[in-house]
Amino acid sequence: MRRTPLAGVIAGLALVLAAAACGGGDDGGTGSGKSVDPATVSGTVTYWDTSDAAVEGPAFKELIAEFKTKYPKVNVNYVNVPFGEAQNKFKTAAQSGSGAPDVLRTEVGWMTEFASLGYLAPLDGTYALENAGDFLPAPAGSAKYNGKTWGVPQVTDSLGLLYNKDLLKKAGHDAPPKTVAELKQYALDVKSKTGKTGLTLNVDAYFLLPFIYGEGGDLVDAANKKITINSPQSVAGLTVVTDLMESGAAPKPAITDSYTAAITALKEGKTAMIYNGPWSATDALKGSAFKDRANLGVAPVPAGTAKAAAPTGGHDYTVYAGSKNLDASYAFVRFMSSTAGQAKIAAKLGLLPTRTSAYSVPEVKNSELVNTWKPIVDTAVPRAWIPEGGQLFEPLVQAYQGMVSGNTDAAGAAKTVDGKYRAILKGWS
Amino acid sequence: MTVSARPETGARTRPAAARGGRRGGRDGGRPGRRSGRAGSARWYAWAMVAPVVIVMGVLVGYPLLRGVYLSLTDATEANVGRTIGMNEIPATYGFVGLDNYLEIVRNGTFWLRLGWTALWTVACVGLHVTLGLGLAMLLNRRLRFRGLYRVLLVLPWAAPAFVSTFIWRYLLNNDFGLVNGMLRATGLPAVHWLDDPTMAKVSVIVVNVWLGVAFNMVAMLGGLQSIPGELYEAARVDGASAWQQFRHITLPMLRPVSQTVILIGTIWTFNQFPVIFLLTRGGPDSATEILVTAAYRDAFTGIRDYSGAAANGLVILGLLVVMAWAYRRSLRRHGEVW
Repeated sequence: MRRTPLAGVIAGLALVLAAAACGGGDDGGTGSGKSVDPATVSGTVTYWDTSDAAVEGPAFKELIAEFKTKYPKVNVNYVNVPFGEAQNKFKTAAQSGSGAPDVLRTEVGWMTEFASLGYLAPLDGTYALENAGDFLPAPAGSAKYNGKTWGVPQVTDSLGLLYNKDLLKKAGHDAPPKTVAELKQYALDVKSKTGKTGLTLNVDAYFLLPFIYGEGGDLVDAANKKITINSPQSVAGLTVVTDLMESGAAPKPAITDSYTAAITALKEGKTAMIYNGPWSATDALKGSAFKDRANLGVAPVPAGTAKAAAPTGGHDYTVYAGSKNLDASYAFVRFMSSTAGQAKIAAKLGLLPTRTSAYSVPEVKNSELVNTWKPIVDTAVPRAWIPEGGQLFEPLVQAYQGMVSGNTDAAGAAKTVDGKYRAILKGWS
Repeated sequence: MTVSARPETGARTRPAAARGGRRGGRDGGRPGRRSGRAGSARWYAWAMVAPVVIVMGVLVGYPLLRGVYLSLTDATEANVGRTIGMNEIPATYGFVGLDNYLEIVRNGTFWLRLGWTALWTVACVGLHVTLGLGLAMLLNRRLRFRGLYRVLLVLPWAAPAFVSTFIWRYLLNNDFGLVNGMLRATGLPAVHWLDDPTMAKVSVIVVNVWLGVAFNMVAMLGGLQSIPGELYEAARVDGASAWQQFRHITLPMLRPVSQTVILIGTIWTFNQFPVIFLLTRGGPDSATEILVTAAYRDAFTGIRDYSGAAANGLVILGLLVVMAWAYRRSLRRHGEVW
């Protein structure tokens, strides 16, 4: 955490300057923005951070402290808003025109909704967007809507399989499962040989996607305006989940506080495998089961009969359209999303940078967490970036809960969700 | 403004107003409405209530009327006009008549939720009143540490409801909760308190009863203490049993209090958002979703549906108004003035 802060600052500044110089060099069209003297930018930037306040927050705060040294006249008002509340809180504030932050850490799934509602400032050609060609295609795609850029990617992520190497080994498996069939078998082996739980599911729509993608299904096909949750492939994906639960491979998961229940079970060594993302690695390593850090394994999600795929996640920096401090906000976003800034966060937290250039920074190149997750993120499947995207998860969560509590089977769940999607996406086939 | 205009017109007709005023206490402001003279003559009374009327008009009247208007349109977060910084979005919503209401009534889940909301309300209010009355009776007699018991029993009510609800949520947690921990320690199987649709229904009712009993107890205790002791003495002299005393003195004498408590309890419980939302979020699979939490979810997931939310809110308001009206009527028929 606290190794040689001064050296870090200097290295960071040097990288920023280098990156700025690069950006300035090939200016044409890449949207590296006007050149601005950091010493003259002034104002107050209220920043809503939705990262985990205890685990991730401190690293972002350190980066913000560096920003303040570089832009001495800009004051940053850092507010940590719980991820689950941020979307509604921002929308209420943005709509009423009072209390909205200048800069918000926006989950990629919220981007098109916010942009379509006019809450975000378009960033093309502003100082915020530096060397836009450097961003990885998937995260960059999440920030685009209607031909404009509404956000600057902060981190990218996806889902993978987090596993307890020791427990798998005791069950007779040296390598993580590669297919869902193996997943089921390994989980049952863990159960029978160690008495622990094999796989703990998190009853959440996002965590259901790898199973649906794995069988070749999806929620919707945005390009053809088709609702595909009730397709045979998607139903097959849901069936995989019900089979895991019914076979005992993944015993009935908790519905209330499901996320916490799953990660806590992994941390305490009560379960061998869970699905989770790069953001959770720092938290998982704090668990008693991972006193030896090497015991935590991370692998791509097991493949279904069609493929192995997890959804693209991540977060973008967005600027509120009604901000009174646009220039300062642009400067803030530019600094935070710079190669050096991303590298610093990646090195500390293992979060994946969205800039290609950040991956060649030595600290990132040598980060074990980053190297583990990079191939997973590279093959991640982008979700449908439509304004209604934020509404698609709620019906799916409810159906998933119905499947867990035995109220409905996979086919019934898919049919219910299909009906609800038709009410949201009017005119889709 | 309205206040300053009153005196000149009002001065002439003071006698009539005084008459009207004396009667007015009983049947609302009806005399005032009959003729402008009587109403304007009571300028002083009007001046005194004006601040309240204005505040109520701004805080209740305007939003209510606006809600009625919105419920007849197809307004959503996407199509109400606004300008935010450099972005300008034109207003494109229009009048759709009763479509929103028809959609609610035609929706099968609305009736399911209404059924559960009714069951939830009856169960909670029933337990609130009976347990509250029982505890009040216990505390209404001379016993040691009575003050202490009263304080302890009022505590659940004194703590903010959301804090208590969160504590319950942790206590009832499936894998790491205290309740299941104790069950396991004694060798009993853990119960899916919040994760099983039926148990979740029981859990939300239990938690809400726990939260609400204190208020009912305090109210009932107040009612019990206002019953003159001579009545019981007289009854005892006449040889009435404890049950007869309870049935023929306590219950009738308590009626003014219990009726009010039941009515407001019903309205509160019907709209008890925090307990359901914080305990189960309406889950699992919307098993515990009552009308208000469902309305919130419909309105605030994704692009906000203002018109649908307004229609939902007005339907709930309508149901409560009808219920309160029917309750009052039935009381009147039994000769109660309320």
